Amino acid sequence: MNWYGIKSIFIHELDRFRRTIFQSLASPIITTSLYFVVFGSAIGSRITEIDGINYGSYIVPGMIMLTILTQAISNASFAFYFPRFTNTIYEILAAPLSSFEIVLGFVGAAATKSIIIGCVIIITAGFFVDIEIEHPFLMIFFLILTSITFALFGFIIGMYADNFEGLQIIPILVITPLVFLGGSFYSINMLPEFWQKVSLLNPVLYLISGFRYSFYEVSDVSLFTSILTIFVILISCISFITITFARGYKIKN
Amino acid sequence: MSTVLKINNVTKTYNKKLKALDKINLQIKKGEIFALLGPNGAGKSTLINSICGIVNFDSGSIKINDLDIIQNYRETRKVVGIVPQELYLEAFETIWNNVNYSRGLFGKPPNYQYVESVLKELSLWDKKDSKLKELSGGMKRRVLIAKALSHEPKILFLDEPTASVDVELRKDMWNVVKKLNHKGVTIILTTHYIEEAEELSDRVAIINDGKIILVDEKQKLMKKLGQKTIKIELENSIENITTKLSKYKFDIDESKKILTHSFNLSKENTDITEMLNDLKNEGLKLKDINTDQSSLEEIFIKLIKENNNELVRN
Ligand SMILES: Nc1ncnc2c1ncn2[C@@H]1O[C@H](COP(=O)(O)OP(=O)(O)OP(=O)(O)O)[C@@H](O)[C@H]1O
Ligand SMILES: [Mg+2]
Repeated sequence: MNWYGIKSIFIHELDRFRRTIFQSLASPIITTSLYFVVFGSAIGSRITEIDGINYGSYIVPGMIMLTILTQAISNASFAFYFPRFTNTIYEILAAPLSSFEIVLGFVGAAATKSIIIGCVIIITAGFFVDIEIEHPFLMIFFLILTSITFALFGFIIGMYADNFEGLQIIPILVITPLVFLGGSFYSINMLPEFWQKVSLLNPVLYLISGFRYSFYEVSDVSLFTSILTIFVILISCISFITITFARGYKIKN
Repeated sequence: MSTVLKINNVTKTYNKKLKALDKINLQIKKGEIFALLGPNGAGKSTLINSICGIVNFDSGSIKINDLDIIQNYRETRKVVGIVPQELYLEAFETIWNNVNYSRGLFGKPPNYQYVESVLKELSLWDKKDSKLKELSGGMKRRVLIAKALSHEPKILFLDEPTASVDVELRKDMWNVVKKLNHKGVTIILTTHYIEEAEELSDRVAIINDGKIILVDEKQKLMKKLGQKTIKIELENSIENITTKLSKYKFDIDESKKILTHSFNLSKENTDITEMLNDLKNEGLKLKDINTDQSSLEEIFIKLIKENNNELVRN
């Protein structure tokens, strides 16, 4: 293993995060605060409780999921697309690095960033509502695994994108709707039966449900299916990258 | 001398139709400076990028120190450094961080002293904390060289190292290249400047249309190809060349006023002062004189013409 190489990519990527730390953290903090103002105070004063949990507290896990999903994807896709765009990728291709090591460096950095942001949101949320974490290890498990999985997904987007618009299209058209419709801000039990069934087709629902379980021991679906879901998405992303990236597809002429 | 790089029948096609490399065979000896010459689009960069793993080639094999560059990429890439033709650099990082980053990519532990010496050698030390986007073109070129040297490569590829570099800096770079070569680094460079190939290289290959049409020692190539001509315009037309002047083998134009003398660059033994004296002694008055040196372009054209004729004959 070329550990120095992996470390180089990792540090290089985190350095970009450090250079823009203010923008990187300000946006999730402001967004979180806005959600609390809008959903927590305005709507929360009418809904008050879901599954016996105060509404403001109830939406915290979903909000974190929303943020780490979008952050992991956008960080990883940008991080890998950018050197392709500037052509500085020549150096990574010429270095004695395996595809696995390159992915590890980029995805590791993007996942780390979104984990940091996830923690910052938990802290921010703590200023607005009471948060309990019943199963901290399970919570960390979901946080880390989701970050890695969606960083891998972002890496794939960064590998395929042909322009900056291409980086945005899947997050906007697919991920954001799935997160919003995946019960970030409500329990699917509140939906009519038909829409409950439709919701069950949404993989993000399982992630949010499992994550929420680690906080409050309430969930829409069983914990087991949640864990299974995250592994299935993780393994799909890994397989996809193994098949395409290892062959240099889209990266080398 | 042992061979460090063996290229065997390498072919590369872009987008399934454009053949950029056509059965290239080439061997590079340890410790030499090798110049790859050829017109735009000949395939020089494609060849270098294939060797360095930046481009996938279709068929054939490339070996560095007898190791296949695909199967043994970890060993082979460690000893190779590449300076790309274009100024591919990030914007917001500092020189210092970026060069150390390059070293890490190649699997080397940090060595700040070494990186410092490289930056000093390339006159970049004062600028080490500058952001890359704040540098001039020539400085960026040197940063790329520093990056390529950061992991102490044994083989260095320089793809047009002195494009967009001023004359003085070009000389400095030549010195850097020579110094590296003295330390035992094998150097492969591409260039459009014949003086550069002349100044630096031990051997030269000419590549055209994806094919290597000639590989030779520089000295021999210069002898074969480099021609210098001196055109002398006379006040009055000359009727016949006297025996004394016949040794210069002048070409005379129709007006009988312009004498042209050609000689090979490699044996610059035509004594121009003597020639001018001889002309004067023959009572000829000079009106104008100018010299012309065959450019790389002309050499290409000549070679490529020969190459094509050969193809027709075979
Ligand atoms: N990425 C690419 N995609 C498609 N065709 C390419 C690509 N890169 C190079 N080519 C084509 O391959 C041929 C060889 O190009 P290459 O860059 O190797 O030439 P070169 O000898 O380096 O030329 P120059 O002196 O202009 O740098 C050219 O016809 C070029 O158009
Ligand atoms: Mg080129």
